[in-house]
Amino acid sequence: MKKILLGNEAIVQGALESGIDFVSGYPGCPSAEIGEEFLKIAKENGIYAEWSTNEKVALESAIGASFSGLKSLVNMKSFGINVCSDSLLPLAYTGTKAPMVIVVADDPSCWSSAQSEQDSRAYAYLSHIPVLEPADPQECRDFTKLGFELSEKFNTPVILRTTTRVAHQRMPVEFDKVNSKSKKIGEFIKNPHQFSTMPPRVLEMKKELLEKLEKIKAYVEKSKINKISKNSVSAKFGIIASGVAYLYVLEALEELDLDIPILKINLFYPLADKTVAGFIKKLKKVLVVEELENYLEKEIKIIAKDEDLNLQIFGKDLLPEIGELNAEKICLALSKITGKKFNKKTTKQISLPRRTARLCEGCPYWHVFPVIKRIAPEGTIFGGDIGCNMIAGLAPHSMHDYLFSMGASLGISHGVKKSTSQKVISLMGDGTFFHAGIPALINAVYNKSNPLVVILDNRITAMTGHQPNPGMGKTGMGEDTEELKIEEIAKACGVKNIKVLDQINVKEFEDAMKEFLEKDEVSVIICKRICALLAKRQKNG
Amino acid sequence: MDKIFNIIISGVGGQGVITLLSLIDEASFIEGYDVKSSELHGLSQRGGSVEVHIRFGKKVYSPLISSGSADLVISLEMLEGLRELVKAGKNTKFLINEYYLPFQDAPAKEEIENHLKEIGDKLYLVPASDICKEKLQNEVVSTIYLLGYAVGKNLIPIKKESILKAIENIVPEKYRELNIKAFNLAYGDN
Repeated sequence: MKKILLGNEAIVQGALESGIDFVSGYPGCPSAEIGEEFLKIAKENGIYAEWSTNEKVALESAIGASFSGLKSLVNMKSFGINVCSDSLLPLAYTGTKAPMVIVVADDPSCWSSAQSEQDSRAYAYLSHIPVLEPADPQECRDFTKLGFELSEKFNTPVILRTTTRVAHQRMPVEFDKVNSKSKKIGEFIKNPHQFSTMPPRVLEMKKELLEKLEKIKAYVEKSKINKISKNSVSAKFGIIASGVAYLYVLEALEELDLDIPILKINLFYPLADKTVAGFIKKLKKVLVVEELENYLEKEIKIIAKDEDLNLQIFGKDLLPEIGELNAEKICLALSKITGKKFNKKTTKQISLPRRTARLCEGCPYWHVFPVIKRIAPEGTIFGGDIGCNMIAGLAPHSMHDYLFSMGASLGISHGVKKSTSQKVISLMGDGTFFHAGIPALINAVYNKSNPLVVILDNRITAMTGHQPNPGMGKTGMGEDTEELKIEEIAKACGVKNIKVLDQINVKEFEDAMKEFLEKDEVSVIICKRICALLAKRQKNG
Repeated sequence: MDKIFNIIISGVGGQGVITLLSLIDEASFIEGYDVKSSELHGLSQRGGSVEVHIRFGKKVYSPLISSGSADLVISLEMLEGLRELVKAGKNTKFLINEYYLPFQDAPAKEEIENHLKEIGDKLYLVPASDICKEKLQNEVVSTIYLLGYAVGKNLIPIKKESILKAIENIVPEKYRELNIKAFNLAYGDN
């Protein structure tokens, strides 16, 4: 069968063909469609799927499933792997029981990301977990299957690392039809020898892990997971590329009418040293084309040194480390190395103001930001957080004094409060509160500081495309569940000053702010009003 | 078709850029072309500028269009159409919805119009939103109206039948008739 699929849809297809049983994750851009798609089709395909409260819990849920014999997939955006890293590293030590693929979607150029332009491939080195890098939707489907195969063969989780231009790329994808299966009931067979990382066993486990990696490496060399194309004995110049950058290389070679051998690295870690050495042995020059960091370039330089090869290795000296790549950037690099002329098409220059993201029409946050700005005394510090309230940092609001990671508005505001006599207000969405806000709230109460926390409860995780969260009374699969109340959690965390209100009652909101800004303890105002897009959707059925 | 046909669609997040992309992807696939496209979601979709790329032909490698290589720019908003001037080459045709969505610091409509005029006879400025609002009581399908216009005027090398089939494959049933109406309205106008 062949159908146009989005990269993320192709991952779902690959997992279905592999017989997936269990899916967990946390929504973020550019990975969110993976979880959404699974939640849509879970029931009819005998799959359990969920949005977890955060990526760490998502990974741990999948670990439980894997230990119980269920094939699992975890999905998250780049920063998610930071959140789950605490359990990711021991997972490499224990290994999996049933196969597991962890999808991590990076966002070069930060199209939909604050925080940092993260290159998550580095987690391979930190965790010793194999990393596959697809270039397009076809490979998203193929490599998901390959990931499950590798995971099954070596009892290791496998990371499938995509980027925005892979996850949100569409193309006709060849795939196999999947017959629906019934839901699998697993069994946890006790085996603390494998599942418990208690010392001194943990060091034994490390030894086993390193031995396993050698086996994987040998297998990778033999099975030719990495691909060499256009190879010729006489070539003196070659290219090593990974991920979507490989497609830009093909485009650039066509543009410049060059015929150059390419080694496409599909398995970033563990790197097939011998394949690389064999490829560069006869060359005088090699260009390493990878987006963001120069991890491959460094490894290849080491291989060349170890093999005592005398060749020039180009990489980040000719290609940017910031921002995504494209064919033009590669043409320029190739032109410098080969001397082949490249005329960048000159286009008309016109300077226009940026149209930045803004709150939607009717967004409940329109009623929040102006009031906070008006009531807060001059000099108040505003902590921004991730989600739709990030827009508070843009004009016309321009409120953020800092913006970090999920839940960080509150953690940092506590530190500012402890260090100064200034007023501090944290802005946080409902999804973010459940994800990472609660420990920070407990910390502020426990360690006796008094920021004012304004929780913008729009009744859904909106920014990433309206995924349900624990405050809604519905699971990701649409089942009724306990509706967690933010005010009750805040109370249980020891917060004395709590107010739940609808922000269109301006007076009530203003009074609450004035009162709470004078308090010596932590205060929480919950502005509860449904996301305008969600309200419209519910009305239209 | 020997060469690859490159389309940039631009607009403001929420205008339906991705639906239009999906339809053109599907229609070009129906015609037997290889196709790759690239889109943006999330923060970039929330009311900011959105630019997506579609490329179809015999064999497509990169999902991104290089500067100066667009054959057609379809823009759902005037300023976002003008913004594409930097990416366009000498032969790029512009099909722009005569619809202005201002924001703080945005240039005046007249100023945008004057700049757009420089495109000359490669500019097709069509009041798709107004027409759809008046004749179909629905502005959202102005994207499909523009597609009908593009096919009718041969701005895009895809047959009408393939688009209609794509609408059938992609658009949910309850909106299908409205979409076909919007398409035919523009196609017939030509």
